[in-house]
Formats: sequence, C-alpha cells, structure tokens
Amino acid sequence: MSPEPEPSGIYWFFKGARGIASLPAIILMSAFVGFCGFAVEAGIPLGETVFMTGMIWALPGKVLLVGSILAGASLPAAFLTVSLSSIRLMPMVAALIPEIRTSRTPTWLLLLLSHFIAITAYVFTMERIRDVPRVHRVAFFAGFGITVTSANIVLVAVIYSTVANLPAMVAGALFFLTPVYFLTSIWASTRERAGHIAMIFGLALGPVFHQLAPELDILYAGIVGGTLAFAADRAWKGRTGT
Amino acid sequence: MIGYAAFDTWWWPYVFIAIAGWLATDIWRWIGVLVGNRLKQDSAALTWVRAVATALLAAVIAKLILYPTGELNNVPLSLRLFAASAGFAAFLAGGKRIWIGIVVAVGLLVGGQFLLG
Repeated sequence: MSPEPEPSGIYWFFKGARGIASLPAIILMSAFVGFCGFAVEAGIPLGETVFMTGMIWALPGKVLLVGSILAGASLPAAFLTVSLSSIRLMPMVAALIPEIRTSRTPTWLLLLLSHFIAITAYVFTMERIRDVPRVHRVAFFAGFGITVTSANIVLVAVIYSTVANLPAMVAGALFFLTPVYFLTSIWASTRERAGHIAMIFGLALGPVFHQLAPELDILYAGIVGGTLAFAADRAWKGRTGT
Repeated sequence: MIGYAAFDTWWWPYVFIAIAGWLATDIWRWIGVLVGNRLKQDSAALTWVRAVATALLAAVIAKLILYPTGELNNVPLSLRLFAASAGFAAFLAGGKRIWIGIVVAVGLLVGGQFLLG
C-alpha cells in the first residue's frame, strides 16, 4: 500500500478559490454593488466600469478615479490622485510576500500575482495562510485572488443595469459593511501586540491627518502610526521582556 | 490639459483608465513585491512594515466611517460612530466573532435610521 499522496498545488489553488464563499469575499462583493451604483450615478459607461474593476481592482483607487473623472481632472492629476491612494498597497504587498513565497518562487510570478492584492485579499490571506504548507501558499493565494477578481468583474457587469433601483437605506448599509468588516477582521487576524497598537494609532491619526493633509492623510497616518506602534512595542518589550 | 473627455473616440477613456488607474496602482504593487522579496520572516523590519500596513488600513477604516461616499453620507455622523463602536464592542464581547460585530453594527445603523425617521 502506498501512503496517502500529499495534496498538490492544484488542490490548494481550488482551496483558495473556495474562499469566494467566505465572509470577506461576500462583503467585498456587496461593496462592489455599492461601487457599481456610484459609477452608474457618475455616468461611467458599462464597459469602462468593468474595465476599471479588473484593471485597478483596489476599491479606494477606483472611487478616486471616478471622482477625478467627475471633477474633470487632467490625466496627470488623476494619475497622481490614484497613485497617492495606491501607495498604501506597497507596505501591504511587502508584508504579504514574505508570508507566501519560498526561496524558489520566481519574482515574475509574484509580480503578476501582486495585481490581485487589495485589502480583502490581504486580510483573507494573512488570516488563513498559516494553515497552508509553505510550498503551496502561492497556489492558494492565486486561487483566491484570481477567483474573487473574476467574480467581481462578472458581478459588476451583471448588476450594472439594475443597481440604480437599490433603496437608499440598503445602499448606505452596503457602504457601511466594508469598514465594520475591516475593523473586526483585521483586529481578529492580528496576532502581534504591535499590530493592535498600530490599529489604534491608525484609527486616531486617520482623521487628524485628514484635517492636516487631506491628499496624503492615509499615507502619513500609516507611516507615523505604524512607526509609533513599532517603537511602543519595542519599548514595552524592553521593559517587561515579553 | 488632456482629460477623460479630451478625445471623441471610444478607446480614449480606456487609455485614460489604463494610465491613471491601472498603472498608477500596479506600480506600487510591483515595488511592494521587490521590497517584500528582501524582507526576512520574523525580522524587525517586517514587523515594522506590517505595523505600517495595519495603521494604513485603520486610517482607511476611520475615513470610510467619518467621510463616506454615496448614500452613507446621508446617515448622521453620530449614528455611524455609535453603530461602528457598538459593533466592535459586541465583536470583542462575543469572543472576537466577526459576524456578531457586523450584525450589531449594520442592525444599529438601519434601526437607528428608522428611529430617527
């Protein structure tokens, strides 16, 4: 009798793909219903809304691009606005990559797959990746990322013509789901004390920097809040040794 | 300056979206991959990067609640803050179960609007 074969990469790809039925993916899809409504309201045609969904993928970047189009912004101005919001993806990707790669993962594959990283994919992967054998983590992430992105592209295309009829209260609740979900899931999936301190600092500093530097508020809050949290955690460790 | 409506062709908006949307976003993902490839697991540098990423997300959360787009903007700020805080408290009290936090927060947001008329 041969021993039970180890699950293959394909198994883990589909295991990741099954994440489409998880709470984070479902909440993201409701957020996309909200975004689709916003795009319809702004007069962005169906083809362009679908194109945006697949090409940008990160939700805040899309909202800002639609906002720039509405405001009649020039191409360089719109590029700058979206860029500033997307800088936040850089530390997220940089934190996620060491969790999923092995020493033999080719860089081109990571560059390609990085397109599927946005807040939801980050939270979902960080929450579950420890249960996936390291050699299959890239497959697991690819399965989730590609499936969820494709599903939302289809979703936006399908609901585009009906979304305008959504009652206002439902639309408001859909917009509210995302922050509440992020708040609870990031807190639940953070294992380090530094992460919890960073969350509190980020929540407090977001509005502060919004008053001081509305264009770069997220970035400043992240760098200042994250660095303070890191330093506080080190100081704590130095005093109590834990 | 050339904008979204600069050329009357079907393809121009797509070029606009590709440059101002896709390129402006993916460039940061690519830089993130190159930086992440150099970070060692369990290093202090990775802890710092993770703390920055977490604080960034927290700032996004605060902004989505305080300065929302679309219909949520019509809900009073005090109700949004109350619903989110009570939802988070319920999440903690309920053994960090995410669905409890969501049900309480969204329930209070919708119920509160009915009460306020």
